[in-house]
Amino acid sequence: MRRGLWLALAAAVVLASSPVFAEEGVLAMNPEDTFATPEQLVRYERLINEFRCVVCQNQSVAESNVDLARDLRRITRDMILEGKTDEEIKAFMTDRYGDFVLYDPPLKPITYLLWGAPVILLLVGAAVMVTVVGRRSHESGEEPDGMGENT
Amino acid sequence: MKTLKYLLPVIAFVVLAGFFYKGLFLDPRTVPSPLIGKPAPQFQLQDLRQPEATFAQSDMLGRPAVLNVWATWCSGCRQEHPFLMQLARSSGVPLYGMNYRDERDKALDWLRRLGDPYERVAFDPDGMVSLDWGVYGSPETFLIDPAGTIVYKHLGPMTPGVWQEEFLPRIAQMQGARP
Repeated sequence: MRRGLWLALAAAVVLASSPVFAEEGVLAMNPEDTFATPEQLVRYERLINEFRCVVCQNQSVAESNVDLARDLRRITRDMILEGKTDEEIKAFMTDRYGDFVLYDPPLKPITYLLWGAPVILLLVGAAVMVTVVGRRSHESGEEPDGMGENT
Repeated sequence: MKTLKYLLPVIAFVVLAGFFYKGLFLDPRTVPSPLIGKPAPQFQLQDLRQPEATFAQSDMLGRPAVLNVWATWCSGCRQEHPFLMQLARSSGVPLYGMNYRDERDKALDWLRRLGDPYERVAFDPDGMVSLDWGVYGSPETFLIDPAGTIVYKHLGPMTPGVWQEEFLPRIAQMQGARP
């Protein structure tokens, strides 16, 4: 049991650190990337990590090596150099590929459930907890019925 | 209350299972195109077969048109090619091509060997026009109405089934709507 826990923890650490390595590789893939200011470089890194590569899904534009991702990185870089805002660059991407390219989907009617789900689940959990705890404290002293009978 | 306690997990399970079951049959590679219902992006490209001529988006206006994005390196394109040849012979709708991230010699050789189903072919070697069209995997086939609005996009090889179910009804609608 304990060993399993450690394995899971180790896996989590590896997973959490892998995007960092991927980010380091970005400039190596695009050696011609040069920006006037460090802020531009930071924006570039942030944006290309926010865009999903539509060809090789489950990779970001930053991570992917396909031609389309390379072009999208170049376009992102050029638009930053032209002084375009983040919104303009995001609009360029969503005009072509839809909200699907954004790892961070915008809040609109079709995504209300998506964004609301954590709150809804939290409320459901809270309601269950309040009921169960409330019932237990009423029955204090008695053997709690139902809960925990599997262990 | 007691029944509810046992029933709730079952309901939750059924709902989740329902979602997953639906998900099993969704193709995650088909991304809904935001261009459906919008004017087709403008372009002016070299004609693949006559480099001195230009092929523009406006050349497709006035009739329902089908634009097929293809490349010689794309296996799905080879797969759909015989059906495109058949469409060119019998569909009555002009079929245009856009050669995507490819080389002219290879593309011309492909058309010589496998047959040439296209009225015109735009040559987009760096893929920049295709990028405006939101192309991310070839083959992709667009249906454009006479006014130049993108009506439908199919991702992957064209098949008789797709043509019958998705393209024909929409083309019939366009032709019916015309006075």
